[in-house]
Amino acid sequence: MKKELRLLKGNEAIAEAAIRAGADAYFGYPITPQSEVLEYLMMEKPEERTGMVVLQAESELGAINMVFGAAGAGRRVITSSSSPGISLFQEGISYIASAELPCVLVNVVRGGPGLGTIQPSQADYFQATKGGGHGDYHLLVLAPASVQEMADFVPLGFDLAFKYRNPVMILTDGLIGQMMEKVELFEQIPRATEFDQDWVATGKTPDRERNIITSLDLQAVQMEKRNLRLQEKYRKMQAEVRFEEIACEDAEYLIIAYGSSARVCQKTIQQARDKGIKAGLLRPVTLYPFPTKAIQVLTEKVKGILSVEMNAGQMVEDVRLAVNGKIPVEHYGRFGGMVHSPNEVLEALEEKIVKP
Amino acid sequence: MTEEIIVAGFGGQGVLSLGKILAYSGMMQDMEVSWFPSYGPEMRGGTANVTVILSNDRVSSPVLNEYDTAILLNQQSVDKFESKVKPGGLLVYDGNGINNHPSRKDISIYRIDAADEAAKMSTTRTFNMIVLGGYLKIKPVVKLENVLAGLKKSLPARYHHLLPVNEEAVRRGMEIVYEVAEA
Repeated sequence: MKKELRLLKGNEAIAEAAIRAGADAYFGYPITPQSEVLEYLMMEKPEERTGMVVLQAESELGAINMVFGAAGAGRRVITSSSSPGISLFQEGISYIASAELPCVLVNVVRGGPGLGTIQPSQADYFQATKGGGHGDYHLLVLAPASVQEMADFVPLGFDLAFKYRNPVMILTDGLIGQMMEKVELFEQIPRATEFDQDWVATGKTPDRERNIITSLDLQAVQMEKRNLRLQEKYRKMQAEVRFEEIACEDAEYLIIAYGSSARVCQKTIQQARDKGIKAGLLRPVTLYPFPTKAIQVLTEKVKGILSVEMNAGQMVEDVRLAVNGKIPVEHYGRFGGMVHSPNEVLEALEEKIVKP
Repeated sequence: MTEEIIVAGFGGQGVLSLGKILAYSGMMQDMEVSWFPSYGPEMRGGTANVTVILSNDRVSSPVLNEYDTAILLNQQSVDKFESKVKPGGLLVYDGNGINNHPSRKDISIYRIDAADEAAKMSTTRTFNMIVLGGYLKIKPVVKLENVLAGLKKSLPARYHHLLPVNEEAVRRGMEIVYEVAEA
């Protein structure tokens, strides 16, 4: 497949990008608002296009353990779900992180807690960035803000997952998932035919030791060593921090927002500037690692920061850690499936940050 | 140029596909476009709406609470979105089943009796294309040739024999739309 300009939903872009990124397998289970990923894959018949396997598992538990198995064989494997389904994934994700296997996980977040609602939300920020399952681990978290990035972050996710042998999560929501935009699709990347024999479990050959993939280590001393290795890896992963600054050069007030909320806030920035309020936007593209240093640099230049998220205040904690009390940091956001409008954000910016 | 549009009506009236064809048309004209539907439970039997943005610049927020144009196809949508049109903006509505007509004085209001016309043309499924034609007559944000190209791109090949019927519907809509009030 050649480069191509298409009008696609975010969910469809993820699916098409998975085929083009040379993925070997997708295992998943349908849930609104991301069912188009599996639907699109089934319609496209990737087994005919590239030989990629697409399978609807019997449940989320089945799907994530199929991901675990395929990743252990060194395959490029991807899955997707939405909030309640991602909660069901968590046991498997913790095992995959502990076993240090690469894979791409997509969470098209909907309003929670519980079964919640099918409308867009960013309430899974804590779950995605602080681990999610049990134990000391981190995912590398990418937050697309457009359908273009939904497509582009799939191959990027695979590259990072294999570079660090760590699960990568694409954290998006029902808004970007359901929205259609223009997307320039990248050229087909061929599926890998050779696998890194250092660690993959593809059958032992006489010339090497067994590759054992497990998350269990009954010796605490050994488990501590594994944890130290993981922590060292997370330190190295900090080099992957990515962010976008919009109108920050002369900004007096800063909005920090990611994903669909960042799109809403781009409009707020324009509205604020029309009113003479010099506002800028910092958009974290990676949520883990978090752009702490970029925020610290801007803290020296602006009078206050508003963290705008479609949740009750989660990322604002990481912003406050970065700012360390130097300037006021407030949170604003609608939640439970409601999406704030640009005007509502502008009102909050004036009330909470500009006026005091 | 940026045109921010809400299309709203009953599920099944072709609201989402009208929006989709607008988005495709914008794409054919090298514009930046976004299409964001209501995908909630209200779609099933109730109201459906879609926000379409056509722009020469990068589209910022795909979600809005005020619009340059509202295309409203049932009473609930008129009730909900009349107040969300920007002052000086445009409201186009289908008169079928409307008891409380839009009445703002600071916006342009146009009416199109597309449901009646579609019944007369015995092509009820081209209802939304008649509406689209009416809108494009008032605000030619995309050229007709790009609408037809967009229509072709959005329809699967097995429906391409219906393209002439749809083109006729768009042209008919351009003829029958009429002004109710000027801003």
